[in-house]
Amino acid sequence: MPWRVGTVRAVHDETPTARTLVLEVPDWSGHVAGQHVDIRLTAPDGYSATRSYSVASAAGPSATVEVTVDRVPDGEVSPFLTEVLPVGGAVELRGPLGGWFVWRPDGAAVVQLVGGGSGVVPLMSMLRTHAAASAETPMRLLLSVRDPAALFYADELAALTREGGHRGLTVVWTREAPAGADRPPGRVDAALLAAATIPAADRPTCFVCGPNGFVEAAAAMLVAAGHAAARIRTERFGPTGGSRR
Amino acid sequence: MSDSTDPTTALDGNAAAGVLSSVFTTELTAAVAWCLGCGRGAALADAAFFVDAPGAVLRCRGCEGVLVRVVVAPDRTWLDLHGVAVLELPVGP
Repeated sequence: MPWRVGTVRAVHDETPTARTLVLEVPDWSGHVAGQHVDIRLTAPDGYSATRSYSVASAAGPSATVEVTVDRVPDGEVSPFLTEVLPVGGAVELRGPLGGWFVWRPDGAAVVQLVGGGSGVVPLMSMLRTHAAASAETPMRLLLSVRDPAALFYADELAALTREGGHRGLTVVWTREAPAGADRPPGRVDAALLAAATIPAADRPTCFVCGPNGFVEAAAAMLVAAGHAAARIRTERFGPTGGSRR
Repeated sequence: MSDSTDPTTALDGNAAAGVLSSVFTTELTAAVAWCLGCGRGAALADAAFFVDAPGAVLRCRGCEGVLVRVVVAPDRTWLDLHGVAVLELPVGP
C-alpha cells in the first residue's frame, strides 16, 4: 500500500497527553472500524520512524480520518504528533490497514468491547460506527482507565451509551475514581467481568485492546468465563507504561 | 526499546499489516499461519511482532519460533516465510 500525505485539518485534545488529529487524505476511501493507519516521520538526514495508530472516527466514506495519539514520554513519533504538528501540517500516512481486529455493522453477533487506557481508540470507532448505522445488536464496552483525567471521549462515550439504548458502558478506575463511583479504584477482575460484560451464553464477539499485560489478562478472564477463544480478537500495543505509540 | 524475543514487550501482528502490505496485495494479518516449528495455528494478527530486530519479525506465541521476517530496503524487499508451514487465507470481508 502506498504512502500518502495527510494534512491536519483540526486537533482536539482528549486528555493532557492525548490529542486527536483530523487528517484530510486525498481520495481517502474510508475504513472499517478497528483498522489503523501507519504514520511515518522522516528527519532531514533521512532517518525515519513509523508507528501504527488506530482510527477513532466512524467507518464509512469520509474525506477525513481521525486518529487519537497518546504521548509516550521519550517517544520518537507521538511527542511530535501531540505537541508540535500544527493545523495545516502534514504527515506521511499508509492505510487503512488490518483485516482481523475489525467490526462491520452488518453482522448479527452481539459485541463485547474491552479496553485498557488508550486501547479505547479502535473501540470508539466501533461504537461510533454502531451508532451511525443505527445498529440494534447490543454492543457493550468495559473500559479500564487510570483516573478521570485519563478518560478519552468522556462526553461522547456517555452520550453514545445512554440508558435504554443498544450500547452500554462500564468504566473501571484503576488508580482514582470520581466522587460517587460505584466501586473503589481497582483492576478488572473475574467478578467485575462477569457483572459488567455480555454473558458467554449470548456468544458475543469480543474485541480486547490495550497494553500487552492488560490484553493477556482480560483475554484469559474471558476464556475462563466461558467465551470461545475463536470469538476473542485482541490488539496489543506494547508494554504497560511504555508503549511505542 | 523492545527485547527482540520477549513477547511481553512486543506489539502484535495487527501492526504488521502495513509492512506486509508492501509485499502482498491481499490483507494478510487475518490469515491463519500454521507454525512449522510447533504446529500451532493462529491469525498472523495474534503473533508477537518485533520491529526493533533487523527488519520486522513475527514470532509464534506457542514456541517463539520465527514465522515471518520482512526487511524493506530502498531498492528491494526481503521476505522470509520459512517458519510458516501453511497460510490459510479467508475469502471475502
